[in-house]
Amino acid sequence: MLDHSVSRRGFLKATGNTLMGTLAMTSLPVAILAPGKSWALELQSLTGRQGEVLLKLTRHIFPHDTLEDAVYALVVKDLDAASADGDVRNMMAAGIAHLNERAGGDWLDLDEDRQFMHVRAIAGSEMFEKVRSTAVVSLYNNEMAFRHFGYGGELGDAGYLQRGFNDLTWLPEPPAEASGPVYGSAG
Amino acid sequence: MESYENKTTFAHDDSDVVVIIGSGAGGGTLADELTRKGIDVVILEAGQLHKRSDFIADEWASFGQLAWLDNRTTSGTWRVSRDFPNLPSWICKAVGGSTTHWAGASLRFQPHEFRVRTEYGEIPGANLLDWPLTYDDLAPYYARAEDKMGVTRTNGRPGLPGNNNFKVMHAGAKALGYEQVHTGNMAVNSLPRDGRSACLQRGFCFQGCATGAKWSTLYVEIPRALATGHAELRPQSHVARIEHNEAGKVSGVVYFDADGNEQRQAARAVAVAGNSIETPRMLLNSHSSLFPDGLANSSGQVGRNYMRHMTGSVYAAFEEPVHMYKGTTMAGIIQDESIHDPSRGFAGGYEMETLSLGLPFMAAFLDPGAWGRDFTEAMDAYTHLAGMWLVGEDMPQERNRVTLHDSARDQYGLPVPDVHFDDHPNDVAMRNHAFERGIAVYEAAGAKKAYKTPPYPSTHNLGTCRMSASPLDGVCNGFGQTHDVDNLFISDGSQFTTGAAENPTLTIVSLAIRQAEYIAEQMAARAI
Repeated sequence: MLDHSVSRRGFLKATGNTLMGTLAMTSLPVAILAPGKSWALELQSLTGRQGEVLLKLTRHIFPHDTLEDAVYALVVKDLDAASADGDVRNMMAAGIAHLNERAGGDWLDLDEDRQFMHVRAIAGSEMFEKVRSTAVVSLYNNEMAFRHFGYGGELGDAGYLQRGFNDLTWLPEPPAEASGPVYGSAG
Repeated sequence: MESYENKTTFAHDDSDVVVIIGSGAGGGTLADELTRKGIDVVILEAGQLHKRSDFIADEWASFGQLAWLDNRTTSGTWRVSRDFPNLPSWICKAVGGSTTHWAGASLRFQPHEFRVRTEYGEIPGANLLDWPLTYDDLAPYYARAEDKMGVTRTNGRPGLPGNNNFKVMHAGAKALGYEQVHTGNMAVNSLPRDGRSACLQRGFCFQGCATGAKWSTLYVEIPRALATGHAELRPQSHVARIEHNEAGKVSGVVYFDADGNEQRQAARAVAVAGNSIETPRMLLNSHSSLFPDGLANSSGQVGRNYMRHMTGSVYAAFEEPVHMYKGTTMAGIIQDESIHDPSRGFAGGYEMETLSLGLPFMAAFLDPGAWGRDFTEAMDAYTHLAGMWLVGEDMPQERNRVTLHDSARDQYGLPVPDVHFDDHPNDVAMRNHAFERGIAVYEAAGAKKAYKTPPYPSTHNLGTCRMSASPLDGVCNGFGQTHDVDNLFISDGSQFTTGAAENPTLTIVSLAIRQAEYIAEQMAARAI
């Protein structure tokens, strides 16, 4: 069902303790922001393979088909940092082992639909909740995500008064008595 | 930029000073008003001083800077307890308190909202009471507060210009026939004022207003009080307990300073303005042989009747872009549903106010705990979303209360507060109605899909040391003076007898102005 989205994605590979990939260039604003077409994440506590599982798991939990793996990798980065704590590392390892066990060996080798079947089955587990609660912050709290989803972020710091705060034109303008004058504008 | 230099300092054994605990809407205003009258005050603020040049245009980073993150626990059936078990409220620990974070909506209560026991009658399970003061008692102080805060659409000040989020609300509201729809009564400068700029529509109202266009005690009342030479501000001073003498009058305040050392400041009078979780916590932690159930708690009402307003949000996705994050967070209001009309199936009313969240907070609060394609579809539509907050009167209930935790202790070894809350059936009926009307507004403007977002951690915390005519029913009188201890005052939203439909800050400020006059009179008469 989702095979087409795989082909639209960049190349993703895990070796040793490194997770690396290339941008699929599906999102022009993100591509402009990225320093290069390829990226690599060196993990401190997790293996590259574990990182790859977690990245793929995060894609199932928060599926945005055209959002680059490079953004999902930020979630893996934060999970890796949390795994500096031995208890967290063991919990993540056990959760990943459980997922592989359910899949009959290697969850990553399954097709998207079958992968998702197992994700639904582990929803609410400790590992799932750790990934979900980390991702709901990490995935949406970075410059690449801001560009992808179209949020201004700190670009707003200077104010939108002269930069489109009222540029919506597909609805009627409210009458003057319901609104107010734009400070600094004539008339 | 404002000066925070203490021109005066007071000795810890100086028992002539009024000690004000907290520097937000209540405490900051009280400090300004008392020092204008030449009364010496020491302001103990638990949080740090972050000047407005320190504010961060980044939702999570700002949250880490300003929010009150000391451990708290929750209980009850409210969803916040499930999703955010240690974050019952979204308020601030900083000089200026939650006036750093508030959006600026400054609405007067309606006259009938001061006498809801009379107007609504007996409602099972609700601990309703009329306020011991009337709208007319407070009206002159509302006028002074509006002037002090520069509220739009008062005193000839123009409204703020409507942003995109308001245009969507306005179009939908008008299509439904709503009449009271405008850009609000906001304590946000529509024109430059007092050396603070007009609003630049940054969209970071919740993260602290870097231009100072939004009123906050941080850069209005506190520097003004310090400039008089009658105030000393002590940030990072976390109050542990309030002490009293043998006659049962308060005599001093014990607190932990920035280095964690215990200090004691003597006091002629004490005004508590720590917001409605910390204020009762301090009174309960101040129990003694004379006040075994906590200070000023002969009624047993300290910590009870905790109210948080009926709230909820509606976000809706449109075919065309909105970019709701551009410009003021609360950019407009529909007031038609704020009336008391029991034919709707509930008592009291609610306001509909635009709200926007940045991408990070939208992910966190849209539907906490959610995952999968329904969730990501909403996030994918981020630029095409419009949003509104629904805020209405909730019912005071005795069992909704702040208590001291049996075993959990904070960084100073003090019992942490537990916040228990269950919705009253009236709250549920009102929320359902508000969701339905909010969705109708957006559908009338052409929404493709609408999302009901559950209440956020509480920003309006009210009622835990309420005013009452009788000492049996509440903690303080109509001036916030506690029934049990003449020189102890409640100066924040804790004193609200009921919550009304409106955002509480303007009423907190108005009550503080009125209370300052009363304290000055009482001191002049040597009554305290």
